[in-house]
Amino acid sequence: MKALVAVKRVVDYNIKVRVKADGSDVDIGNVKMSMNPFDEIAVEEAVSLKEAGKLTEVVVVSIGVKQCEETLRTALAMGADRAIHVETDGKLEPLAVAKLLKAVQAQENAEIVLLGKQAIDDDANQTGQMLAALLNAPQATFASKVELSADEVQVTREIDGGLETVAIKLPAVITTDLRLNEPRYVKLPNIMQAKKKPLAKTSPAELGVDVTPRFSVLKVAEPKGRSAGVKVETVAELVAKLKNEAKVI
Amino acid sequence: MTVLIIAEHNNNTLNPATLHAVTAAQKLGAVHVLVAGNAAAAVAEQAKQVAGVEKVLLAEAAQFENALPEEVAPLVVSLAGAYSHIAATATAFGKNLLPRVAALLDVSQVSDVTDVVDAQTFTHPIYAGNAFETIKTTESKLVLTIRATAFDAAAAEGGNAAVETVAATPAQNLSRFVGRELTKSDRPELTQAKIIVSGGRAMGSAEKFNELLTPLADKLGAAIGASRAAVDAGYAPNDYQVGQTGKVVAPSLYVAVGISGAIQHLAGMQDSKVIVAINKDPDAPIFAVADYGLVGDAFDLVPELVNAL
Repeated sequence: MKALVAVKRVVDYNIKVRVKADGSDVDIGNVKMSMNPFDEIAVEEAVSLKEAGKLTEVVVVSIGVKQCEETLRTALAMGADRAIHVETDGKLEPLAVAKLLKAVQAQENAEIVLLGKQAIDDDANQTGQMLAALLNAPQATFASKVELSADEVQVTREIDGGLETVAIKLPAVITTDLRLNEPRYVKLPNIMQAKKKPLAKTSPAELGVDVTPRFSVLKVAEPKGRSAGVKVETVAELVAKLKNEAKVI
Repeated sequence: MTVLIIAEHNNNTLNPATLHAVTAAQKLGAVHVLVAGNAAAAVAEQAKQVAGVEKVLLAEAAQFENALPEEVAPLVVSLAGAYSHIAATATAFGKNLLPRVAALLDVSQVSDVTDVVDAQTFTHPIYAGNAFETIKTTESKLVLTIRATAFDAAAAEGGNAAVETVAATPAQNLSRFVGRELTKSDRPELTQAKIIVSGGRAMGSAEKFNELLTPLADKLGAAIGASRAAVDAGYAPNDYQVGQTGKVVAPSLYVAVGISGAIQHLAGMQDSKVIVAINKDPDAPIFAVADYGLVGDAFDLVPELVNAL
C-alpha cells in the first residue's frame, strides 16, 4: 500500500510575523522557514506505518517556490522514499492546491493521502477536505490515531467535546492533529542519504490545473493591540480590581 | 441574497455555536438554516425560533445521524443553487464539512471570518492571529466559516420561521461512524463560557492541575482550559486546549495560570475582555497581554485567590 503525503514550506512556528508598513502583506523576507508542524506529523505517521510493514512506499509532495525542495529533502531524511515538487511562484489558494494534489494522486494512485490539518500561515484548514471531495474519497480530519487494515482505516478524530472514531474506505484522505505522534529528529547520515533520493519536478501547466486566484488581498493589518496592563502586588488587590475596576466578577 | 447556514446539533439540541453564524449571515441577506439529521425535528423546532431566521430546511435520513461530511456535503450541494453564501460556525463540525462542500461546488472558502465588509469582502486572521487579511472575490457563490467570538449569538427565541422538509440525498457509504467519547463535564462549555480558568505546564501533573484549578473554577462558575503544553503533558484532555490549533475563546474574564503565553496560545484568547496572568516569571510574554498580572508561585496564589473570592 502506498501513501502520498503533502508538505508545505511555511514561516517557522516560533517566529512572530510583522505586517509590512504598506499593509500589502506580512513581511516574511529573511525569516526562518520550516516544514509546517502538522505536515511533519503526517510524514512521521506515514514513515512509521511503513516501518510497521503497513505501507510499501511513502511519496511526499510539495507545491510552491524552488525552496520547497529543502522541505521535501527534510521529509526524505525523515524516511520518505521519493519526492515530487510542483513548482509555482506566488501564493496558491487551498482549492488550487487541492486540484494539483488531485492531479498528482491521479498519477500515483496512493491508497492513503496524508496532510496536516492546517498550515500555520494561512490557517485555512481546507486542503485535505477539498482534496477528499475532488477524489470522491472519504475524509478523516484532525486525526489523533490511525489504524490501517486491508480495506479500511479506523481513525480517531479530535472533536470539540472529546474524541470520535470513524471507519473510512480506501482510498482515503487523512489530516493530522497535534496528538497523532511525535515527529522524529533527522540525523546527519539520513540528511546525506536524502540527497540521493529521487525528487521529480512538475508544474501546474504539466498537471493541467488552472491555479488562477479567486481572491485578491485588499489589505493586511496588525491585530488591534491590547492596552498595557498593570502588575498587582497582592491577591487582595487583584480581587479588588476585578470587582471594582474591571467589574467582571 | 440568501445565506444557507448549516446547523450543528446532536439530533436533539441545536448547538449554540450555530447562533453566531446566524448573526454574521444577517449582514449578507436573508438567513435559511439547514438541519440535516436523523429524527431531528426537535432541532428544527429550536432553529425556527432563532431570531433572524426566515426558513428552516429539515432533511432527515439515517445516514445524516452522525454528521459525516461524506453524507452531508452532497445534501448541501443539492440545495446550494438558491444561495449566494453557505456558512457554518468554525467549530470542528464546520471546519470538517464546509471545505468539502466548497470543493464540490468548485468555489472558494474563507475560513474563520471575523468581519463581513460586504457580500464579497471579508476579514479573517492569518499567522495565528498576528495579522488580519481582508480579501475580496468575484465568485458568485462563496463558502464561509464564521469565527464565533467575532459575532454575538443571535437570540434563541423570538423568531418564527417556516419549517420545510427537503429530500435526502442518497447514502454514499464511504465512511462509517464507530463511536464517540465525550469529555464529561458539568462546567460551562469552553467556547460559550463567560469566565475561563486556564492552566499551563507549570501545573506539574494532572492531579495538581485539577487540585489547583477546580476550586477556582468552581468559585467563579468558570470553564477550565489549558495550554498545549499542559495537554501534551497529559494534565488536561485535548479538547481543553485553547489556541491557534485548539479553541478560540473570548470570555469576559480569562485567568491564565502558569501559562507563559506562546504566540499559538495567545491566538486563542487575546480577544478576551479582561485577562489575568498568574506566573512566577515576571518576563513571561503573557504579561504583555494581561490586564492584571500577579507575579508569584501559582500554588500559593491560587488558593489565596479562592479564599479571597
